[in-house]
Amino acid sequence: MMEPGLYHMLFISATLFFIGVYGFFTRRNLVTMLMSVELVLNSVNLNFIAFNKYLWYDKMDGLFFTIFVIAIAAAEAAVAIAIIINLYRSHNSIDVENAEELKY
Amino acid sequence: MPNEFFILMKPELVLTGIIFLLLFIKLGKGLKNDTLLLLIQVLLLLNFIGGFFFNKEGVLFDGMYQTSALIALQKNILSLAVYLISLLFADWFKKQEHMPEFFVLMLSAMLGMFFLISSGNLLMFFLALELATIPVAAMANFDLDKKRSSEAAMKMILSSAFSSGILLFGISLVYGSTGSISFAELPGLLNGSPLQILALVFLFSAFAFKLSIVPFHLWTADVYEGSPMATTAFLSVISKGAVAFIFMATLYKVFQPMHEVWYNMVMILSIATMVIGNLFALRQQNIKRFLAFSSIAQVGFILVGLSSNSIEGTTSVVYFILIYVFSNLAAFGVAAAIASNTGKENIDDYKGLYRTNPFLSWVLALALFSLAGIPPTAGFFGKLFLLTAGASKGSFLFITIAALNMIISLYYYLRVIRAVFMDQNDEPIEKIRIEPSAKFALMICGAGIILVGLLSWIYDYIQNLV
Repeated sequence: MMEPGLYHMLFISATLFFIGVYGFFTRRNLVTMLMSVELVLNSVNLNFIAFNKYLWYDKMDGLFFTIFVIAIAAAEAAVAIAIIINLYRSHNSIDVENAEELKY
Repeated sequence: MPNEFFILMKPELVLTGIIFLLLFIKLGKGLKNDTLLLLIQVLLLLNFIGGFFFNKEGVLFDGMYQTSALIALQKNILSLAVYLISLLFADWFKKQEHMPEFFVLMLSAMLGMFFLISSGNLLMFFLALELATIPVAAMANFDLDKKRSSEAAMKMILSSAFSSGILLFGISLVYGSTGSISFAELPGLLNGSPLQILALVFLFSAFAFKLSIVPFHLWTADVYEGSPMATTAFLSVISKGAVAFIFMATLYKVFQPMHEVWYNMVMILSIATMVIGNLFALRQQNIKRFLAFSSIAQVGFILVGLSSNSIEGTTSVVYFILIYVFSNLAAFGVAAAIASNTGKENIDDYKGLYRTNPFLSWVLALALFSLAGIPPTAGFFGKLFLLTAGASKGSFLFITIAALNMIISLYYYLRVIRAVFMDQNDEPIEKIRIEPSAKFALMICGAGIILVGLLSWIYDYIQNLV
């Protein structure tokens, strides 16, 4: 059986990144869009860990970065969900198509 | 040495002190809004004045945090802008039930920007950028009962979350190809390999989101229009200024080995930004949207100066942002005074404003002349230096396009001035009572617009710091 190497990890993380980007552009539900952003952030985490493990195992910057990314992602999600709840109160929907007062 | 820590991190520590003070005042809730606003204004003024003293060059936390005379000056420009905002929007602040929270959010975002300008490491840079954007989304939602405000905040937080995802992917590629995230080590490790170019593209697009450079500008106008006026002014002046400073520092210092790559990127994006910003500004009716697109076009001009990759480039960008602070805040201040008294935000409503409100009309005219770049005002000198710096690279087609764009921009700036001064209107906006503090701030802005251009030592002073 083949040992997973750096390229496998990078392939997974790149796939995850583009699934996230695709989801962000196609989904119309705000919570799903937020989940897509989380996918992007997690792909970044995978990237950092893979680079740290296979290439730069003597430099721990990658691991530290991952910890901070997780913390910041939580903070961002907290503010985003608060805003989405407020949007739901005023629009009675969390579909982006219904938030359309500001145009052109 | 502990002493050095306090001196080098002074701007951040002072700001943190003010934030905590405001939080405690909010807990006590003994003060009325009027007194509290006065207290905040005094604190911000002290913060601005204090920025001139005890500035030292140095590095802290193993290169994570760095400061120099130029960085101290950039922080001072931002402090001045926040002080002016606290004066200009006094009318709106006094009506807010939760005013201290607004300032806590605004100053937290400012703190993030201070760390951003001072960052010497990509980790620090990322944390500071997040601290500088997340509170702004909450500020955009400050008119809780307005539909537009929550829509603007939603657009702001989603686009900024997405752009920080892209930024992080770029940083991870930088780390992967060099093994370092420190600004001091990176220039020696970058060699222009395809992976690093890809990383640069990702980083670049994240910056473009924050600066609203053209392919990534779509959120700007919506967020500007929907948010409260104070947030819009903060976003368009302070947030943009801070990101422009760090963008310049990253390109000039960290990505210096790849400057031929990024020169082309900056040039193409600059042309696109100027052209599209100008063309969309032509058809705007709402004054906030109009100023949003005009600020997009101004960023295009900042990129012209930035492309030069020289001392003149740094000087002209810092100088232009100083002028931009005065001109844009004056324009937003006038718009806010009219909107908070009458609720009118359309350019057509401004017809005949000169007959009833000569002071506001003159300030607005000065601000718009400065944004358009007409000689007696400082905006002319700012743009002149930006284009001269850009021309030093020798791409004259690029500079010609920039100059042509200045002429297009004249059309829409003068359209507003024509509406204010020349158009007839049977029912002009009635005489508006301006808050004394707002009037004072508008006078500072007006004086700044004229004096910064005429006093040539300001430019030399900045150049000596670079």
